[in-house]
Amino acid sequence: MMDMSTLPQNVRASQPDAITGYRTFQLGHFEFSRDAYFVTVKWPAQGTQHSHQMHADAFLRAMMRDIAWGFFYGWVNFDEVLGTRNHYGKVDLYAGSFNASYKAAGVDFLEQFDTPVIMATFKAIMKDWVNEGFDPFAAPEETGTAFGAKHGDNVAAIERTRIATKRMPGLEGDSPLRDDFPVNRQFNDVAQDEPEIHAEPGFEKELHAFNLFKYLSRSDVTWNPSVTSVCKESLFCPTTEEFVLPVFHGNDRVEWFLQMSDEIVWDVADKNTGEPRARVTMRAGDIAAMPADIRHKGYSQKRSMLLVWENATPNLPKRYESGELSPYPVQF
Amino acid sequence: MQQTTFGSLEHFQKGSIEIIKGKAEHYAFSNIYEVASGAPPYQKTVVGKNLKFVIESLRAEGDSPWYAAAHDEFVVVMDGDVTVHYIKPDVAGSLAPADSEGTYTLDGAPQGKSMGYVKLGRGHQAILPAGVAYQFRAAKPGVLIVQTILGPNSVEKWNDICLQ
Repeated sequence: MMDMSTLPQNVRASQPDAITGYRTFQLGHFEFSRDAYFVTVKWPAQGTQHSHQMHADAFLRAMMRDIAWGFFYGWVNFDEVLGTRNHYGKVDLYAGSFNASYKAAGVDFLEQFDTPVIMATFKAIMKDWVNEGFDPFAAPEETGTAFGAKHGDNVAAIERTRIATKRMPGLEGDSPLRDDFPVNRQFNDVAQDEPEIHAEPGFEKELHAFNLFKYLSRSDVTWNPSVTSVCKESLFCPTTEEFVLPVFHGNDRVEWFLQMSDEIVWDVADKNTGEPRARVTMRAGDIAAMPADIRHKGYSQKRSMLLVWENATPNLPKRYESGELSPYPVQF
Repeated sequence: MQQTTFGSLEHFQKGSIEIIKGKAEHYAFSNIYEVASGAPPYQKTVVGKNLKFVIESLRAEGDSPWYAAAHDEFVVVMDGDVTVHYIKPDVAGSLAPADSEGTYTLDGAPQGKSMGYVKLGRGHQAILPAGVAYQFRAAKPGVLIVQTILGPNSVEKWNDICLQ
């Protein structure tokens, strides 16, 4: 019997495969399937079918970020072929559209979906393909394997989302601090003291401070920018990083990184073609812009603290695309 | 386990850019500790700029001027110990013009009620609420970053601070 009760109406899925136990999913003209090791994506191009494979763990880590970030800003490349582009209400899913070779050969394919439809399908894929014991939000040393035939699930791990903060965590009515979370094993040496707040009577709710490094030391996920301060559209979104950023992020605007601890190396490539442009090594205190015409992927050997700084002004993608704004934030 | 490495005025190791195509300047790469070590106390040096929004690096040393802005700002202590004192002005909105952006430097402490103070160590973050006067005090040199909007006191000197 096909159990459709757990699938939303707009998700098209097969029955579980008799051998692997996994379902195959259709999204528009795309097909997603997985086996013990690989995820296979198929799409039509030039009257025939093209396909692409990714390691299941890399695919699930990438899709986890895309879901948790609500498709984020701009392009979320799962790898050099597959990815999504956020239009904030609609989302492009593409294969080869931002790969110079696929594009030149005309075997790339792009289809646009309403956000709720692609989100529901991605979530159904994760629910089906993430096995018990595998946390796609964790670093490899912290979690079990993604491989093998279907065994159980890990719904709790995949339902974590990006933390929404209105002003600053810990303020009344705002997102909570993380005192209930354990300190990550790689941040055991991070001081856990809180600032002293000496508010005069009547101002207890207006003065506010917290230990940001303590808060980050208790992050239970990797590579997940979460807002900790809001100055109009300027958002501080620090995160803790370990192993490799599971996507190659091409932003539709400029963003900045401030390395708060340890070290990250960023591979930077052309946003449209994927051609390598630079490798940026950032250590504690380093701050650098990621221009609007590149994609980037970070490598962090030790779990490290990174401040991702975003400008959430809604009309920016058009202003960068039209050439009104330079892809480089400062000229000197 | 591997030690967590933070930076300080005394000890930081700036990273680098390996260019394959393009220019190092495109990344506006600097180090907040290096910037603070070469700046006068409380110079609001812009180290990140996204249109009108900025991140400033400040060398904390002694008492800063009193500041205020018409919008929320935030400070994170990146090295040292810094106390922030707050004054609520008697006349709301009197310190920075309504709808103005960026940090205003005040002429001494404004008329108003002390709201108290917060003592921040490394990694601690505090809100600098809209319309409220604040002053940084540091017995020993330290480093702050401030999240704000480009203002009359923001200093841009990209040529001096960035990798080229």
